Amino acid sequence: MLRPRIIPCLLIHEGGLVKTVGFKDPKYVGDPVNAVKIFNEKESDELVVLDIDATVNGVEPDFAVIAHLAAECRMPLCYGGGVRTAAQAKRIIGLGVEKVAISAAAIERPELISEIAAEIGSQSVVVVIDVRKKMMGGPEVRTHNGKKAHKLDPVAFAQEAVRLGAGEIVVNSIDLDGTMKGYDLKLARRIRDAVRVPVTFLGGAGSLADIEALIREVGVVGASAGSLFVFKGAYRAVLINYPNPDTKEQMVRAALAA
Amino acid sequence: MISIIDYGLGNIGAFLNMYKRMNVPAKAVRTADELADATRIVLPGVGAFDHAMDLLDRSGMRPLLEEKVVGDKVPVVGICVGMQILADTSEEGQGRGLGWVPGTVRHFRSMPTPHDLPLPHMGWNDVAPTNDGGLFKGLEQDARFYFLHSFYYEPADPADSAASASYGAAFACAVRRDNVWGVQFHPEKSHHFGAMLLKNFAEL
Repeated sequence: MLRPRIIPCLLIHEGGLVKTVGFKDPKYVGDPVNAVKIFNEKESDELVVLDIDATVNGVEPDFAVIAHLAAECRMPLCYGGGVRTAAQAKRIIGLGVEKVAISAAAIERPELISEIAAEIGSQSVVVVIDVRKKMMGGPEVRTHNGKKAHKLDPVAFAQEAVRLGAGEIVVNSIDLDGTMKGYDLKLARRIRDAVRVPVTFLGGAGSLADIEALIREVGVVGASAGSLFVFKGAYRAVLINYPNPDTKEQMVRAALAA
Repeated sequence: MISIIDYGLGNIGAFLNMYKRMNVPAKAVRTADELADATRIVLPGVGAFDHAMDLLDRSGMRPLLEEKVVGDKVPVVGICVGMQILADTSEEGQGRGLGWVPGTVRHFRSMPTPHDLPLPHMGWNDVAPTNDGGLFKGLEQDARFYFLHSFYYEPADPADSAASASYGAAFACAVRRDNVWGVQFHPEKSHHFGAMLLKNFAEL
């Protein structure tokens, strides 16, 4: 049985690991390499690492940091942040990263998705779509840590990205980021029904029950979370954590049986 | 010495790290000279079939690799696209594979009973060993590995299937003929399951 993927998402800001709320107020939660080592021990399904500085600062991905993380990482790793060319994506894969995520650059120039897919294969191309609800009406796509709005419907853009060669779509809810109130199940359902590639949802998970609810709603998908795996308790004490294999297996089976 | 073929594809560092943690001597090899003392060979790979064969040809290692595997019967395991190029042909490319385990590589959408599950097949799936020659020793009851692929191996002789997994329908996720093994999944990224498989390979 192919299992849903339960994926810690780590944000890198000024060299440290941080967690945001609503894409703002980054709180320092530790050292990225140390976090990778802990998730190795806990045998997490995959890991997503996003550099939230690279695109807004207009700089290249930090290849030295990526190489260090990839060397430590004993689970599949997806890196995102500042990737603007197929050559950069190829170099990142060469460092031992399984998947490369693109967002702003793909929205500004969608052909980049095809260019990267031609270089590294569709299976390794992840398009991240940051989504925010408009004051009136439905969700819209944003980039640059939520600051830049694009007149794009996330579902239509997800379909376009897949047509161009994306092998996975990650949908990240800006409104729910850091709130730990649960995933946007309605949007998850719409995205899941719209494309035939693996999809992963990020933003809002506050408990294993939230992940279970997502799997119950949309089946075998990726369930990613930041706060859930770096904070513990009502006062958000920093503690890197991940469900143990038995708990995870029981939850997954219960969710899929429903 | 376990020799990991470095022809520009696949996560060489991850294999070296895994073997280092087990205190099993292993090295990356980039030339025929470096390959000369290999007693076990890991053939990694990611990306497209033709590209992998092209890079292997250009590496200058292929003649000695063939001599070692086909002539001297040195155990070899292909990983992911490194497994797929053990076949004769692939729907993904025009060129010929190594042909060490006769078969062809097909796209999931051309399975006999097509399904519309998301592709690539991505994530952790159960693996059921069959005629595996000891590669899955200790993993008979519970084997889970990380997959990331849209093409799968169809051995010409079903007896060459070493393990099966299911995605829409059952497929051979590992093959074996004599001293040649191949696995579609990524043992180097499959935690303790992968470590055990790589250890088994070292001790075959």
